[in-house]
Amino acid sequence: MNVLNSIIEQLINGLRTGSIYALIALGYTMVYGIAKMINFAHGDIIMVGAYILYVFVSLLHIPAIPAVLLTTMACAVLGVVIEKVAYKPLRKAQPLAVLITAIGVSFFLQNIIQLIFGATPIPFGSIIKIPAITLGSITISGITLVTLIVTTICMVSLTLFINKTKAGRAMRAVSEDKGAAELMGINVNGTISLTFFIGSALAAIAGILFICQYEALKPTLGALPGIKAFVAAVLGGIGSIPGAMLGGILLGVIESLSKAYISTQLSDAIVFGVLVLVLLVKPTGLLGKQRKEKV
Amino acid sequence: MALLEIKKLGISFGGLRAVDDLNMELNEGSLVGLIGPNGAGKTTVFNMLTGVYTPTNGRILLDGKSIVGKKPNEICDAGIARTFQNIRLFDKMTVLDNVKVALNSHYSYSLFESFTHLGSYRKKELEMNEKAMEILKVFDLDGQADYMATNLPYGKQRKLEIARALATNPRILLLDEPAAGMNPAETQELMHTIELVRSKFHVTILLIEHDMKLVSGICEYLYVLNFGTLLVHGKPEEVLNDPKVITAYLGDEEEEEGGSAHGNA
Repeated sequence: MNVLNSIIEQLINGLRTGSIYALIALGYTMVYGIAKMINFAHGDIIMVGAYILYVFVSLLHIPAIPAVLLTTMACAVLGVVIEKVAYKPLRKAQPLAVLITAIGVSFFLQNIIQLIFGATPIPFGSIIKIPAITLGSITISGITLVTLIVTTICMVSLTLFINKTKAGRAMRAVSEDKGAAELMGINVNGTISLTFFIGSALAAIAGILFICQYEALKPTLGALPGIKAFVAAVLGGIGSIPGAMLGGILLGVIESLSKAYISTQLSDAIVFGVLVLVLLVKPTGLLGKQRKEKV
Repeated sequence: MALLEIKKLGISFGGLRAVDDLNMELNEGSLVGLIGPNGAGKTTVFNMLTGVYTPTNGRILLDGKSIVGKKPNEICDAGIARTFQNIRLFDKMTVLDNVKVALNSHYSYSLFESFTHLGSYRKKELEMNEKAMEILKVFDLDGQADYMATNLPYGKQRKLEIARALATNPRILLLDEPAAGMNPAETQELMHTIELVRSKFHVTILLIEHDMKLVSGICEYLYVLNFGTLLVHGKPEEVLNDPKVITAYLGDEEEEEGGSAHGNA
């Protein structure tokens, strides 16, 4: 019984980490789908979100819920501004130029935060103050509960948004054929901005959940979850929204199980090993679409 | 005043003069053909009319207002819609969604309503569904509304492209080789569809086509393009029997009787 309980607890831990990865991976995959670029600054939006939350909560003493909403909004706007300033002028440039620019933006964000707040980690108390619940012999912490609920709501509403609304249809159309979409009256720039807006808002939410769990701020805190989420997006099939969700959750669960039962040191190696294996068997990722070659 | 006026239109790609000194007029409600040998610049003209290319010189007036320099989506909103020589449907979207995308600029609800599904979301989406189904019905595609566009047979994909273009509520519809790849029976059906579109949607149609049977069967007026310049224009029977047109299509050594341009050139 104890073994089963511990497995279930590890699975829940994995789901918690995985759903955070999934939220971040959604941003990568949506931006890739629409703008055909890997936004390597995406992970740093998480970090900026964590610092903004810190400013609102610890320095300005704004209550938790408005602080969360303001943080999400601020990051969403930051994402749109980054796209307009850094990526839009390169829309017709080579992919490599855009990629290097994204890495540049990443360094820029990290350094500007370091300039303002310094490089020393800042302790930050979780804003989630919900007591743990016990189901039988399994204990689920408040933060895990909130994480699972919030990420589920985000993923469900994003799916509905993409599939059932005007703006979502426009996004799907632009990701398939930008030119044809534009000729059918779709405002492509507006759609790209919206994608960055939503992707960055999700990253901010992920950042908030992440910081409530790790309780320390540093300018590079976005790097590791960012790269893991990127791996999750590739694992699920980059460009695919359900793929990003699946990839994120799988990654979290594999990581958590290997930490618990194999080796803490090796867990990252195992995670990346799984990625290599999946890509060997299915190069487009788990739910990625096969690119058809026109003959 | 004509609905669409093209004046001294020209475009160069590097040193290549793809279209030069083109003058055309489209009257409201007319059905006009743009023909010419391969590489004559017909699709380039469409690309300039829809804002994909910006002309090097010349003017394009829609209802007296210049549309040169506008973005494709702005020109679409102004009332010019098109189909493509190689079908460019949104393959991974349903037939219904393909049409609904094109309806987007005519229905608005806020982003907040999109996320919460509150307010006018339901009403507007319902209206869009009804409108889209109404358009699909005209093309006999309403039964396949939930199919992925890519799973439709070829002829139906062509029809869906026309349906999608019409959903933008255009004043002018540009059809780029609508009969390409169709067999004679399908072409026949297409001719009916085009007639139907014209009477039901009250649009002015400009079409590029190589199928002379279709062109002479439904077009009221023809413009013939050759090497980027206007060769002749006039009524189909005059144009298709014009020796210059026959030469352009078949080369000069051919000494055939007047009807020779009537094949599938």
